[in-house]
Parts: sequence; C-alpha cells; structure tokens
Amino acid sequence: MIALKEDVPGYAAQFERRMSAGEPAWLRELRAGAMRSFSTLGFPTTHHEDWKYTNVSPVATTPFGEGPAAWPAAAPPAGPAAWPVNARLVFVNGHLSRELSAVRGLPAGVAVQSLAEAVRNGSTVLESHLGRHAGYSEQAFVALNTALAVDGAVVTIDSGVVLEQPVVLVYLTSPAGGPAASYPRTLVLAGRESRASVVEIYSGPDDSAYFTNAVTELVVREGAAVDHYRVQLEGRQAYHVATVQGVQDRAGILASHNFSFGAALARHDINSVLDAEGAECSLNGLYLAGGSQHVDNHTLLDHAKPNCASRELYKGILGGHGTGVFNGKIVVRQDAQKTNAIQSNKNLLLSRDAVINTKPQLEIFADDVRCTHGATVGQLDREALFYLRSRGIPVRDSRDLLTRAFAAELLDAIRWQPLRETLETELHRRLSQMVEAAAK
Amino acid sequence: MSTASNIESLALREYKYGFTTDIEADTVPPGLSEDIIRLISAKKREPEFMLEWRLKAYRHWLTMKEPCWGNVHYPPIDYQKIVYYSGPKTKDRPKSLDEVDPKLLETYDKLGIPLREQEWLAGVAVDAVFDSVSVATTYRKELADQGIIFCSFSEAVREHPDLVQKYLGTVVPYTDNYFAALNSAVFSDGSFCYVPKGVHCPMELSTYFRINAQGTGQFERTLIIADEDSFVSYLEGCTAPIRDSNQLHAAVVELVAMDNAQIKYSTVQNWYPGDKEGRGGIYNFVTKRGKCLGVNSKISWTQLETGSAITGKYPSGLLMGDNSIGEFYSVAVTNNRQQADTGTKMIHIGRNTRSTIVSKGISAGQGQNTYRGMVKILKGAEGARNYSQCDSMLIGDRCGAHTFPYLEVKNSTAQVEHEASTSKIGEDQLFYCRQRGISNEDAVSMIINGFCKEVFRELPMEFAVEAQKLLSVSLEGSVG
Repeated sequence: MIALKEDVPGYAAQFERRMSAGEPAWLRELRAGAMRSFSTLGFPTTHHEDWKYTNVSPVATTPFGEGPAAWPAAAPPAGPAAWPVNARLVFVNGHLSRELSAVRGLPAGVAVQSLAEAVRNGSTVLESHLGRHAGYSEQAFVALNTALAVDGAVVTIDSGVVLEQPVVLVYLTSPAGGPAASYPRTLVLAGRESRASVVEIYSGPDDSAYFTNAVTELVVREGAAVDHYRVQLEGRQAYHVATVQGVQDRAGILASHNFSFGAALARHDINSVLDAEGAECSLNGLYLAGGSQHVDNHTLLDHAKPNCASRELYKGILGGHGTGVFNGKIVVRQDAQKTNAIQSNKNLLLSRDAVINTKPQLEIFADDVRCTHGATVGQLDREALFYLRSRGIPVRDSRDLLTRAFAAELLDAIRWQPLRETLETELHRRLSQMVEAAAK
Repeated sequence: MSTASNIESLALREYKYGFTTDIEADTVPPGLSEDIIRLISAKKREPEFMLEWRLKAYRHWLTMKEPCWGNVHYPPIDYQKIVYYSGPKTKDRPKSLDEVDPKLLETYDKLGIPLREQEWLAGVAVDAVFDSVSVATTYRKELADQGIIFCSFSEAVREHPDLVQKYLGTVVPYTDNYFAALNSAVFSDGSFCYVPKGVHCPMELSTYFRINAQGTGQFERTLIIADEDSFVSYLEGCTAPIRDSNQLHAAVVELVAMDNAQIKYSTVQNWYPGDKEGRGGIYNFVTKRGKCLGVNSKISWTQLETGSAITGKYPSGLLMGDNSIGEFYSVAVTNNRQQADTGTKMIHIGRNTRSTIVSKGISAGQGQNTYRGMVKILKGAEGARNYSQCDSMLIGDRCGAHTFPYLEVKNSTAQVEHEASTSKIGEDQLFYCRQRGISNEDAVSMIINGFCKEVFRELPMEFAVEAQKLLSVSLEGSVG
C-alpha cells in the first residue's frame, strides 16, 4: 500500500469541496469516514493479494481533474444516451445532464432520480442504504467513490411493482479537457415482490486517459427480482474501476450481467451477499481484451444463509497483448447449509501474447453444500475451424464465427432486445478488429 | 445412531504412534546462531563447502520474514527455543542391522515397518532416519552393484561431495523461502539418491522419518537425481510420537530428472496432529520441488497427508525439458483442529509439457483444509496441457474446505482445465450401502476410500494398503 501523497491528485481539495456543498450531516459523516479509510488504505499495489495481477499505479500517480458538468459539443452523443426508453438518466463527467435525460410515464411506485436530487429532497431511504452495503473500510476505490461522488442515480421500486422497461443509466465522460475523474454512484432499491431491470452504460472518448470510479449498491428485498446490466464501453485509454454490491433478502433474485469491452485498464468487483434463505444469484460476465487492454473481474458470492443458490458464468476473449484476470470467490458461511453454488470461468486466447490469470476460489465452512467451480483456458477448436474451412468459409470468417459463438451464451441471456442488439454489434465490431489483428 | 455422531466417534480414535523411545541422545543446546551451525557441521564432519553454504543460507535467512499468506493460524514460533541437532549416540555407524540399538528397531516395529522383515521379505531398501542421523541403510550393496547411490545425506556429503555440490540447491535454492533457508542452514540429515544412466532401480527406495527427542525440529534434506533414461520410485513415511509442545518440521526435497528419466515420489505423512483441543502437534512446513530438466522426463508426486497440526506443503514441478510431465496426486485429511494448506505448483517452461493435478481434501471435526495450487504456462511453453481436479469432502458442520487455484497462462496454445467440487457424503449413497446390510462405519469408510481411489492407485502397493488403514484411523470418530 502506498500512502496518499500530498502532491499527487488533489483528492483532499475535491473532498473539501464535497464537504462544503451543504449536504446533510449523515452524508458528510459518511464521506468523512470514507475519506479516512482511503487515506489509511491508499491505492492498492500488486503486493495486495486482491490486486496481484492488476497494477493501478497509473491511476494512483495521475492528477485527475474534474470534467465540465455539461456535454460540450452542440450535437448530443449518439447511442445509448438517445435510446427511447421511459427512464433514462445521462450523466456527463459525473454530473446529471438534464438535457440528455428523460424520465416519463413511469408506473406509480417507481422513482428514478439523481442522487443529488434525492439528497436535496431529503429522501429517508437514502440515509439507511447509501454507503451501507458497499464496504469501504478495506476497499480503497469504494472509499474514494463514497467520499467524492458528486452525483449518480437512485432507483426505487415499491413493493409489488413490476417495471416492464429497464431503467437506463448512462455515465459519459466528455471528450474535452485533460484527464478527468468521475465517481458515478448508483443505488437501486427493489421493494418486496417487485421486478425491475437496470442498465448501466459507461462510455467516453478514445483520446483521453480519464478515470471512472463507479460504485453500485443493489438492494433486493424479499421476493424481488432484479436484472442488472453493466456495460463498460470506455475509451481506449481510460481507467475504469467499479464495484457492484448486491444484498439479497429472502427469496430475492439478482441477475448480474457484466460486459466489459472497453478501457485500457478495467477492474470490476461484482459482489453479492445472499443474506436470507431462498435467495438466488446469477453472475454473468463477458470480457474482451485486445491491443494492450487489461481487464480484471473479481466476483464474490457470500452465501451467508442456508438454502441459497448461485450460478456464475464468466467468459473471456483475449487477443493482441491483452491481459485478463478472473478471481471468483465463493464463501459459504458456517451455517449456510444446503447451499448450491456453481461457478465457471472460460477463456479463449486468440493471440500468442495474450495472457490470462484465473483463480476460482472456494471457501466453505458448512458441510451440507454442493459447490463446484471450473476454469478453462484454450483456443479455438482446430477441428471446428477445419470443418468450417472445408465448407468454403475463409479462415478469418471461421475464426470470427467461432469466437462469436463462444460469446453468444452470455449475450443470449440479455432479456432486453435493444441492449442485446447493441452489444452484439459492438462485440462483432471489436472481435473483427481483434481477429484481424491476430491474422496479421 | 445418527450418521453424524457415528462419523464423529470414528474421528476420536487416538494417535496410534504416540510413544517415545528413551535413548541417550547427542543433542546441541537450543537456539540458532553461526556457532550452532558450525557445531552441527563439525559433528557431521562435513567438508568446508557445506559449512560455507549453510552459513550463507543462515545469513540470508536472517534477512527474511516468516511468510503469513497461508490459510493457517498458529502462535509465533520461537526459533531460539528449537534444538537444531539431535542424534542417537552410537559410537560408529552400524555395519549391519544386528548392531543397531534394539530399542530403535522396536520403535520401527511399532510403526509397522520391521526393518528385517522389509529387508528379507518385502525387498525394500530402507534408509531409516531416527531424528537426525540415518541409522541403518539396508540393501546398500545390492543397489551399489547397479551403480545406484542410496545413502544418508551426511554420508553423501562426505563420500560424494562432487555430486552433492553439483546439485544441492539447484532446485530449491537457499534463497527460495523462509523455511527453505532455515533448512539449508541447519539441515541435519536426509536421504540422497543417484540413479545412473539407463538404470531402472529394481526396488522401491524408502525412508521413514521420525521425530523423537522433545523440542527438536527436524530439518531433513533429500536430494534425488535420476540420470538419463533411469527410473526410480521413492517412498517416504513420517510418524511422530505424542508431544505437548509444537515441533517444527521444515524439510526440503529436491528432485532432478534428466533426459527420459522418471522419478516417482510417494509420501505418507502422519506426524502427530495434536489432541482434540489442538494442543501439541507438528508444524510441517516443507518445500518439495522437482525439476524435469531433460526432455521426456517425468516427475510424479503422490501424497497422503493425515498428520501434523499445521501443514504447509506444495510439492512442485518445474517442467523445463520438452515433453516433460509433472503429476501431483494428493489426499489431505484434517480432523479435530488440524489445518492444512497444501497443493502444488506446475510451472510449464518447455514445449509440449503436460501436468495433471488430482487433489482430494477431507475435512472433519473442526479441521480446515485448503488447496492452494498454481499452474503457470510460460510464454515459450508451446502446446502445454494441464488438467487439475480438486475435490473436497466435508464431514461435520464445523470444518472448512477452501480452494485457491491460480492459473496463469501466457501462451495461447495452452490448454488448461481446472475443476473443483465440494460436497458431503451423500445421504443416498449411505442409504444404499445401509440397505445392503453394510454398517454405517464401513459404508462411510467405503465411500471415502472411493473418493480417494484416484490418488491411492498411484501409490506403490505397500503404501496403498497402509494409506487406506491410515485414512480410516485418521477419520475414526468423525464418522458415525
């Protein structure tokens, strides 16, 4: 661990600004606690077991500024920021953009508001949930986000409400300016027996080495079902560090879908606590690293109570000089009997210089459980390639076809069609680049 | 009777090998310093290079910190309280078994390895290490006829210094880790084996290690070299008597396999595990590593770990030669308050190297069992292949099973597979056995043996039988 250097990034100054923004006492207290943690922890180094393969020193040593609070160009950003959905919040450099956002026609009992707005409105649920689930005492980046988050989204779904369309949250970094940092914060509260899906999209320019440090807390109440999609399409030089923390009550169902395609360095911590009987969690992940990209996925499924089930499938496609890291941890607490946990991590190496470090990890303290994990690393099946070639399909197309087939399972799990189609196109585009690079 | 209590009663069986042999011991004062190292080296009449090497290791050790990454918890070890050398007092080395102290032989009898019987009936050459000095080496002559050197490490240092100097520390350098450095400084004895070119060792070589005198750590050192086109199978068994204070055991094993050579190394580790409350027991921190130096070489580790209060052991394979093979088969049992953090490392360096890892962990009582393994495919390891499987079985609701496999792949032609599962003895399996008239205890024992079968079948015949017996003894009282 390195200590927080006085001269490096003006975190202290940013923190002072947050503290003098007129926020309620509980929030200031929360931020102060988080900042204390961050100062003690400092940025993690590769000596830290959880960061063994991911070096964040470029993040630690860059003095990131704050980007402008509005989209600078006259033309609004295309893509997800313009999707026709009922509830869309668009954030630019961590600030809500009213021009780009649209919230209308939501069913009764559903509230989608910005964090700053919710704080101003004196929302009572906020105090009992914000920063209460994603622990920051040992996670430096969660601490930093908690201390510095300017804005974000708060989505609350009342008991028994079924939300048909997903809530789309778009976190953009604008093209202008030097390296900027933003701290998007998301809180989703799904009431009893409610149904909802939330999509988070992260994107930014290719020509700037900006930093996004996001934290999402998902509270799944009794019998609720939440689909959470996380789409990371950051710019080519970007640093992206994110934590998703789920908390599941009795028979609460959480399905997390984590797509990581962009950024120079990306690190995702996807965690959930199965905190009451009958909870079910599925974690799906698809990560791509080509060029000199580095992508690190750490997942933690904490089976705290008996009779819960979890299923995890993470797949990686690595080309160029790309590096992939997967660390999937399943903890089964002492009395969490009848736990059923299945985990699988599969990796496809497309180039000679691609690297994968995978570590599936089980920590089990109960005896009446069924836990399995598996990890594989391999390349495209030669016979399948031969088969395709024998049918007159060129090598490049064959490779492309097989690689897409490898990823299809995870895209097929997306229930919302526009998102699935967007990601299919995006994946296809990036894969062809990778396959092309490999063919050279 | 319920299954759980049945299983538990099985685990409570007492440690069978808890007796001490009262023999006058030649012991140095406790503590560690350069003087002690000089004294050990002098007592063993070692050549100068050996002492120098020990001192270098000691000086390096002083700069190191005890590792704390293991998934085991124990009070700090006071290295100044340990006696680093203890050997039974005999004026000269016995020339035949008749000259060996009868009390010693009795001890081995109780362990179930009557030297005589083994010598005459089983055809196994035994190099018995009693505490620190190798007491008797049998079948020396028969082996010598084939050019095989099989002797105690101290003898090897004196009689084959060139070989020792050439290979010592080439697989596990004294800078490797804390316990390896300590061992390099103070190692007392161990086995040395050299199999010359083209020789297929005609018998299983075996050593029984045994910690006896109280408060002595045992730091044995084993070096096995299989020259081109040779084959050797080596067995190692460990038992220790009941003691109250914890004893440290920090061994180093180095294996070198040249072109087309094959080494098979089997271990049954049954050091004293401590009592039910976790008092006493051996701390077993061992560095074992094999180097597949030549093309088509093969090193295979098979281990049954039932003893020790704390185990930290990772028999590893450096697969350097093209087409070389590394194998690791392990059964680790933790009962009562035992903790085991064990696994393997397979480092693929050469082309078309292959490794197989099969690890079975059984936790009972409050035992904590950790598999920690690493498979590393380096950039030049074209066409490397690994298959790992680690299964855990839990008996009782207060024990734990953990897996920490690291897979690092830097070559896209590699095929790496890892599979792990954790479960308990299936109710339906038990029921099936019971309804066929098989008693609960037998049924559990049968299921556990089935669970471990993949590993046991890799053990040499003599060991496989002992292993099964030991397994049921270790789990006695946990099944019921």
